[in-house]
Amino acid sequence: MDYQAMFEQARSFGDYAAVDALIPYARLLGIQVDHHDALGPVFRVPYKWDNVGNVHLPAIHGGVIAGLIENAAILHLLWTSESLTMPKVIDANIDYLRSGRPLETFARCSTTKQGRRIANVAVTCWQDDLEKPIAVARYHCKVTPEDR
Amino acid sequence: MSTPESDSSRPYLIDQPKYRRHIMSEALSEIPHSAVLGLELVSAERDRAVMRLPYRDIFIGNPETGALHGGVVLSLVDSTSGKAVFCAVPAPETIATLDLRIDYLKPASPGLDLYCMAECYKLTRTVAFIRAQVYHTEDDPIAHSVSTFMRASSDVSKSTMRGS
Repeated sequence: MDYQAMFEQARSFGDYAAVDALIPYARLLGIQVDHHDALGPVFRVPYKWDNVGNVHLPAIHGGVIAGLIENAAILHLLWTSESLTMPKVIDANIDYLRSGRPLETFARCSTTKQGRRIANVAVTCWQDDLEKPIAVARYHCKVTPEDR
Repeated sequence: MSTPESDSSRPYLIDQPKYRRHIMSEALSEIPHSAVLGLELVSAERDRAVMRLPYRDIFIGNPETGALHGGVVLSLVDSTSGKAVFCAVPAPETIATLDLRIDYLKPASPGLDLYCMAECYKLTRTVAFIRAQVYHTEDDPIAHSVSTFMRASSDVSKSTMRGS
Protein backbone atom coordinates (compact mmCIF):
# COMPACT_ATOMS: atom_id res chain seq x y z
CA MET A 1 0.00 0.00 0.00
CA ASP A 2 1.25 3.50 -0.80
CA TYR A 3 0.94 5.19 2.57
CA GLN A 4 2.32 8.52 1.43
CA ALA A 5 -0.37 8.81 -1.23
CA MET A 6 -2.92 7.77 1.35
CA PHE A 7 -1.77 10.40 3.86
CA GLU A 8 -1.76 13.02 1.12
CA GLN A 9 -5.29 12.13 0.15
CA ALA A 10 -6.45 12.11 3.78
CA ARG A 11 -4.96 15.56 4.27
CA SER A 12 -6.54 17.04 1.16
CA PHE A 13 -9.94 15.67 2.15
CA GLY A 14 -9.45 16.52 5.84
CA ASP A 15 -10.49 12.97 6.73
CA TYR A 16 -8.20 10.72 8.69
CA ALA A 17 -10.70 7.98 9.49
CA ALA A 18 -9.09 5.78 6.83
CA VAL A 19 -5.62 6.32 8.29
CA ASP A 20 -6.87 5.61 11.81
CA ALA A 21 -8.46 2.40 10.57
CA LEU A 22 -5.05 1.29 9.25
CA ILE A 23 -3.50 1.28 12.73
CA PRO A 24 -4.16 -2.14 14.28
CA TYR A 25 -3.65 -1.02 17.89
CA ALA A 26 -6.03 1.94 17.41
CA ARG A 27 -8.64 -0.53 16.13
CA LEU A 28 -8.04 -2.80 19.12
CA LEU A 29 -8.81 0.02 21.56
CA GLY A 30 -11.66 1.34 19.40
CA ILE A 31 -10.09 4.76 18.77
CA GLN A 32 -11.86 6.90 16.19
CA VAL A 33 -11.76 10.46 14.94
CA ASP A 34 -14.76 12.01 16.72
CA HIS A 35 -14.80 15.25 14.78
CA HIS A 36 -12.43 17.98 13.76
CA ASP A 37 -12.63 21.72 13.98
CA ALA A 38 -10.38 24.74 13.50
CA LEU A 39 -8.03 23.50 16.23
CA GLY A 40 -7.62 20.08 14.63
CA PRO A 41 -8.99 16.60 15.17
CA VAL A 42 -10.65 15.29 18.34
CA PHE A 43 -10.17 11.59 19.00
CA ARG A 44 -12.48 9.34 20.96
CA VAL A 45 -12.20 5.93 22.57
CA PRO A 46 -15.46 4.29 23.64
CA TYR A 47 -15.95 2.79 27.07
CA LYS A 48 -15.75 -0.98 26.88
CA TRP A 49 -14.94 -3.71 29.35
CA ASP A 50 -11.80 -4.69 27.40
CA ASN A 51 -10.31 -1.28 28.21
CA VAL A 52 -10.79 -1.53 31.96
CA GLY A 53 -7.73 -1.59 34.23
CA ASN A 54 -9.46 -1.68 37.58
CA VAL A 55 -12.65 -3.68 37.93
CA HIS A 56 -13.35 -2.42 41.44
CA LEU A 57 -13.77 1.28 40.65
CA PRO A 58 -14.13 0.58 37.65
CA ALA A 59 -11.49 2.63 35.85
CA ILE A 60 -10.03 2.65 32.36
CA HIS A 61 -6.51 1.19 32.13
CA GLY A 62 -3.78 3.83 32.17
CA GLY A 63 -2.30 2.14 29.11
CA VAL A 64 -5.53 2.69 27.16
CA ILE A 65 -5.50 6.38 28.05
CA ALA A 66 -1.85 6.52 26.96
CA GLY A 67 -2.74 4.68 23.75
CA LEU A 68 -5.46 7.22 22.95
CA ILE A 69 -3.11 10.10 23.76
CA GLU A 70 -0.22 8.77 21.71
CA ASN A 71 -2.42 7.93 18.74
CA ALA A 72 -3.86 11.45 18.92
CA ALA A 73 -0.38 13.01 19.01
CA ILE A 74 0.81 11.07 15.96
CA LEU A 75 -2.30 11.65 13.85
CA HIS A 76 -2.48 15.29 14.91
CA LEU A 77 1.04 15.80 13.56
CA LEU A 78 0.25 13.87 10.41
CA TRP A 79 -2.78 16.13 10.05
CA THR A 80 -1.07 19.45 10.67
CA SER A 81 2.57 19.04 9.61
CA GLU A 82 4.16 18.66 6.22
CA SER A 83 5.22 15.12 6.99
CA LEU A 84 3.86 12.34 4.82
CA THR A 85 5.31 9.58 6.96
CA MET A 86 4.17 8.53 10.40
CA PRO A 87 5.88 10.71 13.03
CA LYS A 88 8.07 8.73 15.45
CA VAL A 89 7.69 9.28 19.16
CA ILE A 90 10.93 10.13 20.95
CA ASP A 91 9.58 10.56 24.45
CA ALA A 92 6.38 11.15 26.34
CA ASN A 93 5.43 12.65 29.70
CA ILE A 94 1.98 11.71 30.88
CA ASP A 95 0.32 13.18 33.98
CA TYR A 96 -2.67 11.23 35.20
CA LEU A 97 -4.96 13.76 36.87
CA ARG A 98 -8.14 11.82 37.51
CA SER A 99 -9.13 8.20 37.20
CA GLY A 100 -10.74 7.29 33.87
CA ARG A 101 -14.34 6.55 34.73
CA PRO A 102 -16.46 4.18 32.60
CA LEU A 103 -17.28 6.84 30.00
CA GLU A 104 -16.12 7.61 26.50
CA THR A 105 -12.85 9.47 26.53
CA PHE A 106 -11.59 12.21 24.24
CA ALA A 107 -8.20 13.62 23.33
CA ARG A 108 -7.01 16.59 21.36
CA CYS A 109 -3.59 18.09 20.72
CA SER A 110 -1.89 21.35 20.02
CA THR A 111 1.55 21.68 18.53
CA THR A 112 3.55 23.78 20.97
CA LYS A 113 6.53 23.96 18.65
CA GLN A 114 6.98 22.66 15.16
CA GLY A 115 10.68 22.46 14.50
CA ARG A 116 12.35 21.29 11.34
CA ARG A 117 13.01 17.82 12.72
CA ILE A 118 11.24 17.67 16.06
CA ALA A 119 7.72 18.64 17.09
CA ASN A 120 6.60 19.31 20.66
CA VAL A 121 2.95 18.36 21.09
CA ALA A 122 0.67 18.96 24.07
CA VAL A 123 -2.25 16.57 24.54
CA THR A 124 -5.33 16.93 26.72
CA CYS A 125 -7.57 14.01 27.55
CA TRP A 126 -11.04 14.38 29.07
CA GLN A 127 -14.38 12.63 29.50
CA ASP A 128 -17.65 14.47 30.14
CA ASP A 129 -16.12 17.79 31.14
CA LEU A 130 -13.42 19.50 29.08
CA GLU A 131 -12.62 21.66 32.12
CA LYS A 132 -11.70 18.57 34.11
CA PRO A 133 -9.04 16.73 32.11
CA ILE A 134 -8.26 13.18 33.26
CA ALA A 135 -4.74 13.36 31.78
CA VAL A 136 -2.39 15.79 30.08
CA ALA A 137 0.72 14.85 28.17
CA ARG A 138 3.70 16.26 26.36
CA TYR A 139 5.27 14.49 23.40
CA HIS A 140 8.43 14.94 21.38
CA CYS A 141 8.11 13.45 17.93
CA LYS A 142 10.51 13.16 15.04
CA VAL A 143 8.89 14.43 11.88
CA THR A 144 11.79 14.56 9.43
CA PRO A 145 10.58 12.72 6.34
CA GLU A 146 14.06 11.82 5.06
CA ASP A 147 15.30 10.63 8.44
CA ARG A 148 13.66 7.23 8.35
CA MET B 1 19.78 -1.17 36.00
CA SER B 2 21.40 -1.63 39.38
CA THR B 3 19.66 -3.64 42.01
CA PRO B 4 19.16 -1.87 45.32
CA GLU B 5 19.39 -3.90 48.48
CA SER B 6 15.87 -4.63 49.66
CA ASP B 7 15.23 -3.25 53.10
CA SER B 8 15.05 -6.38 55.19
CA SER B 9 14.17 -4.43 58.34
CA ARG B 10 10.62 -3.79 57.14
CA PRO B 11 7.81 -6.15 56.16
CA TYR B 12 7.12 -6.95 52.52
CA LEU B 13 3.67 -8.17 51.54
CA ILE B 14 5.27 -10.16 48.72
CA ASP B 15 6.97 -12.34 51.37
CA GLN B 16 3.57 -13.71 52.39
CA PRO B 17 2.90 -16.88 50.35
CA LYS B 18 -0.82 -16.17 49.96
CA TYR B 19 -0.25 -12.67 48.61
CA ARG B 20 2.60 -13.86 46.47
CA ARG B 21 0.33 -16.44 44.83
CA HIS B 22 -2.25 -13.73 44.26
CA ILE B 23 0.30 -11.49 42.59
CA MET B 24 1.68 -14.33 40.47
CA SER B 25 -1.62 -15.75 39.23
CA GLU B 26 -5.04 -14.21 39.72
CA ALA B 27 -4.17 -10.57 39.60
CA LEU B 28 -3.65 -10.30 35.85
CA SER B 29 -6.74 -12.13 34.69
CA GLU B 30 -8.72 -9.80 36.96
CA ILE B 31 -7.64 -6.87 34.81
CA PRO B 32 -9.65 -6.96 31.57
CA HIS B 33 -7.27 -4.86 29.50
CA SER B 34 -4.22 -6.84 30.62
CA ALA B 35 -6.05 -10.04 29.66
CA VAL B 36 -6.87 -8.58 26.22
CA LEU B 37 -3.20 -7.76 25.67
CA GLY B 38 -2.10 -11.17 26.94
CA LEU B 39 0.25 -9.73 29.57
CA GLU B 40 2.11 -12.33 31.62
CA LEU B 41 3.94 -11.92 34.89
CA VAL B 42 7.38 -13.51 34.60
CA SER B 43 8.69 -12.87 38.09
CA ALA B 44 7.89 -10.91 41.21
CA GLU B 45 10.26 -10.36 44.08
CA ARG B 46 10.96 -7.64 46.64
CA ASP B 47 10.76 -4.24 44.92
CA ARG B 48 10.75 -5.59 41.37
CA ALA B 49 8.63 -7.30 38.79
CA VAL B 50 9.16 -8.60 35.25
CA MET B 51 6.35 -8.97 32.74
CA ARG B 52 6.14 -10.31 29.21
CA LEU B 53 3.96 -9.19 26.33
CA PRO B 54 3.82 -11.96 23.71
CA TYR B 55 3.96 -10.46 20.23
CA ARG B 56 0.74 -10.03 18.26
CA ASP B 57 0.06 -8.22 14.98
CA ILE B 58 -2.75 -6.24 16.59
CA PHE B 59 -0.14 -4.24 18.56
CA ILE B 60 1.25 -2.58 15.42
CA GLY B 61 1.11 1.21 15.47
CA ASN B 62 2.93 2.02 12.26
CA PRO B 63 1.52 0.09 9.30
CA GLU B 64 4.39 1.34 7.13
CA THR B 65 7.15 -0.21 9.22
CA GLY B 66 5.34 -2.77 11.38
CA ALA B 67 6.66 -1.04 14.52
CA LEU B 68 4.60 -1.57 17.67
CA HIS B 69 2.32 1.22 18.91
CA GLY B 70 3.86 3.23 21.73
CA GLY B 71 0.59 2.85 23.60
CA VAL B 72 1.03 -0.90 23.93
CA VAL B 73 4.62 -0.46 25.13
CA LEU B 74 3.30 2.03 27.66
CA SER B 75 0.58 -0.39 28.80
CA LEU B 76 3.31 -2.94 29.49
CA VAL B 77 5.38 -0.35 31.39
CA ASP B 78 2.43 0.97 33.40
CA SER B 79 1.31 -2.54 34.34
CA THR B 80 4.78 -3.74 35.29
CA SER B 81 5.54 -0.54 37.21
CA GLY B 82 2.30 -0.90 39.16
CA LYS B 83 3.23 -4.50 39.87
CA ALA B 84 6.61 -3.38 41.22
CA VAL B 85 4.78 -1.14 43.70
CA PHE B 86 2.81 -4.15 44.94
CA CYS B 87 6.16 -5.92 45.34
CA ALA B 88 7.37 -3.10 47.60
CA VAL B 89 4.43 -2.32 49.89
CA PRO B 90 4.08 -3.78 53.38
CA ALA B 91 0.29 -4.24 53.21
CA PRO B 92 -2.44 -4.42 50.55
CA GLU B 93 -3.45 -1.02 49.26
CA THR B 94 -4.78 0.81 46.24
CA ILE B 95 -2.40 2.70 44.01
CA ALA B 96 -2.80 5.14 41.13
CA THR B 97 -0.32 6.27 38.48
CA LEU B 98 0.54 9.93 39.06
CA ASP B 99 2.83 10.42 36.11
CA LEU B 100 4.91 8.44 33.73
CA ARG B 101 7.81 9.45 31.54
CA ILE B 102 8.97 7.17 28.76
CA ASP B 103 11.93 7.42 26.39
CA TYR B 104 11.59 5.34 23.26
CA LEU B 105 15.20 4.36 22.59
CA LYS B 106 14.53 2.31 19.49
CA PRO B 107 11.57 0.62 17.83
CA ALA B 108 10.48 -2.79 19.05
CA SER B 109 11.17 -5.47 16.44
CA PRO B 110 8.06 -6.90 14.81
CA GLY B 111 7.49 -10.52 15.74
CA LEU B 112 9.40 -10.55 19.04
CA ASP B 113 7.99 -10.73 22.57
CA LEU B 114 8.49 -7.66 24.74
CA TYR B 115 9.69 -7.76 28.34
CA CYS B 116 9.57 -5.09 31.00
CA MET B 117 11.51 -5.04 34.24
CA ALA B 118 10.30 -2.47 36.78
CA GLU B 119 11.85 -1.60 40.09
CA CYS B 120 10.51 0.42 43.00
CA TYR B 121 13.66 2.28 43.99
CA LYS B 122 12.03 4.48 46.61
CA LEU B 123 8.90 4.08 48.66
CA THR B 124 7.64 6.93 50.80
CA ARG B 125 4.44 7.10 52.82
CA THR B 126 2.53 8.68 49.95
CA VAL B 127 4.49 7.97 46.78
CA ALA B 128 6.25 5.06 45.08
CA PHE B 129 9.07 5.89 42.65
CA ILE B 130 9.58 3.40 39.83
CA ARG B 131 12.06 2.95 37.03
CA ALA B 132 11.53 0.47 34.24
CA GLN B 133 13.13 -0.88 31.10
CA VAL B 134 11.57 -2.54 28.08
CA TYR B 135 13.59 -5.01 26.03
CA HIS B 136 13.61 -8.11 23.85
CA THR B 137 16.90 -9.17 25.43
CA GLU B 138 18.00 -7.68 28.72
CA ASP B 139 21.17 -5.96 27.47
CA ASP B 140 19.43 -4.14 24.62
CA PRO B 141 16.83 -1.67 25.94
CA ILE B 142 13.96 -0.50 23.72
CA ALA B 143 12.43 1.96 26.16
CA HIS B 144 13.24 3.45 29.53
CA SER B 145 10.70 4.87 31.93
CA VAL B 146 10.40 6.57 35.27
CA SER B 147 7.05 6.91 36.97
CA THR B 148 5.45 7.80 40.26
CA PHE B 149 2.47 6.14 41.87
CA MET B 150 0.28 7.57 44.58
CA ARG B 151 -0.27 5.28 47.53
CA ALA B 152 -3.67 5.22 49.16
CA SER B 153 -4.56 4.11 52.65
CA SER B 154 -4.33 0.39 53.25
CA ASP B 155 -8.01 -0.30 52.74
CA VAL B 156 -8.20 -3.91 51.64
CA SER B 157 -11.98 -4.00 51.50
CA LYS B 158 -12.17 -1.48 48.66
CA SER B 159 -9.64 -2.95 46.31
CA THR B 160 -6.53 -4.91 47.01
CA MET B 161 -5.09 -4.62 43.55
CA ARG B 162 -5.00 -1.86 41.10
CA GLY B 163 -3.57 -3.02 37.81
CA SER B 164 -2.45 0.26 36.45
